[in-house]
Amino acid sequence: MHQVEIKSISANYGSLKVIDDLSIQLNKGEIVSLIGPSGSGKSTLLKLLVGLIKPTQGEVVIQNRTINFDNKDDLRFARSKLAIVFQQYNLFQNMNILNNVCIAPIKIQKRDKHEVEESAKILLEKVGLKDKMHAYPDELSGGQQQRVAIARALNLKPEILLLDEVTSALDPELVKEVLNTIKILASEGMTMFIVSHEMGFVKEISNQVAFLDKGKVIEMNSPEKLFNHPENQRTKDFMMKIIKE
Amino acid sequence: MERLIEEIPNFFTYWNIIFLLKAMGVTLMLTLFGCIFGFAFGLILAIVRKSENKLMMPLRIFVVFFTEIFRRIPFLVTLLLIFYVFQIFQITDSLFVIALISVCLIATAFIGEIIRSGIESINMAQWDAAKAMNFSYLQILKEVIFPQAWKVILPPAFGFFILFIKDTALASQIGVMELTFAGKILNNKGFSPVLVFGSILILYFILSFPLDRFGKYMERKIASGRN
Repeated sequence: MHQVEIKSISANYGSLKVIDDLSIQLNKGEIVSLIGPSGSGKSTLLKLLVGLIKPTQGEVVIQNRTINFDNKDDLRFARSKLAIVFQQYNLFQNMNILNNVCIAPIKIQKRDKHEVEESAKILLEKVGLKDKMHAYPDELSGGQQQRVAIARALNLKPEILLLDEVTSALDPELVKEVLNTIKILASEGMTMFIVSHEMGFVKEISNQVAFLDKGKVIEMNSPEKLFNHPENQRTKDFMMKIIKE
Repeated sequence: MERLIEEIPNFFTYWNIIFLLKAMGVTLMLTLFGCIFGFAFGLILAIVRKSENKLMMPLRIFVVFFTEIFRRIPFLVTLLLIFYVFQIFQITDSLFVIALISVCLIATAFIGEIIRSGIESINMAQWDAAKAMNFSYLQILKEVIFPQAWKVILPPAFGFFILFIKDTALASQIGVMELTFAGKILNNKGFSPVLVFGSILILYFILSFPLDRFGKYMERKIASGRN
């Protein structure tokens, strides 16, 4: 059974088509990375999965349930299974770190406050930020905020984690600490969609890599094949550009 | 100047002081009700206006219509309009009630706009993060948006309230016995306009200063953006 199955999906920003008849699957415990040039629809696809953008056609099936993005129950179901970590962290600026990590499990999932706080502390320890739990987002560095965002997503106990260019806003030193956190999650068997420009990291961590361009999956293969022996000319051109850089 | 000093004991008689205090009470009531109802209804208007729910569309249109109308017409015109409409339909004879309804309508429209712009000042990314975690519209407002937006909303809101105290003087145009009207009456009785309106000035200051301080206190307490 696929955890997520995206079938011929399309989406627009106004009149601009950003996802065009795209299909992709994600199996349990699998890590699928989405790579491609800016504007290829990678981040939009993740936002679409959590209902922040509505598809204009196609189907999204999550754990055998077809999601109707106009239906509140379906949206709630999708969002209960998926958790997204945004490129710009999007931590709630009015709350300290502990509250950021705890608010949704307590207020939305109605889980026991004590249990949620304990689990938050464990997660914050895991990402190396337990000592910062009473700090506010603006008192942390970008890398620290990003790790809090990962802890916040994990405290929702999602079955699938969506990581949207989580290192692109960080300087090289901070990239390493965030990537290490993701590697730990991967080793624990978390199912993930990862959007990233860190090609070395993508190659190392992914089971499958999809190259996207103009909202379409141009090529999808194992990292070994896609990076070393790309079949499509557009993928080859993209890889050549990366190597030159 | 000598005449002014001579007038002081005659002006500050028990009855004149009571008369001015009563008028001050009317101004205070108009302001308080205007601020409280204006804030409560303005909050509702802003929440309705920012809602994305399709079923709320007719209400949203009404809110936009209401806000744009009452923000654009002068307070005096609103006051006179309500006054004559109420006369035609014989709704009430109470001038105070007519003035009260007028100030509430105006305050609602203005405060609604101030709150709406405060909501819009918060980065959309905060909305996205909350939506993705299954927060409802009202939960997002309560837990995420308003705690951050108060610091944008409160300074202009209290600025409006201070202006609003002064605007209530227009209620005198339909005969409501508020501070300015009381001043006119005392002036017509022959008291020096400097003495009368100087006293009125002090009474307006007594009304507006605590409100200003309260606004500053609220800004420090609630609008820190942290909870």
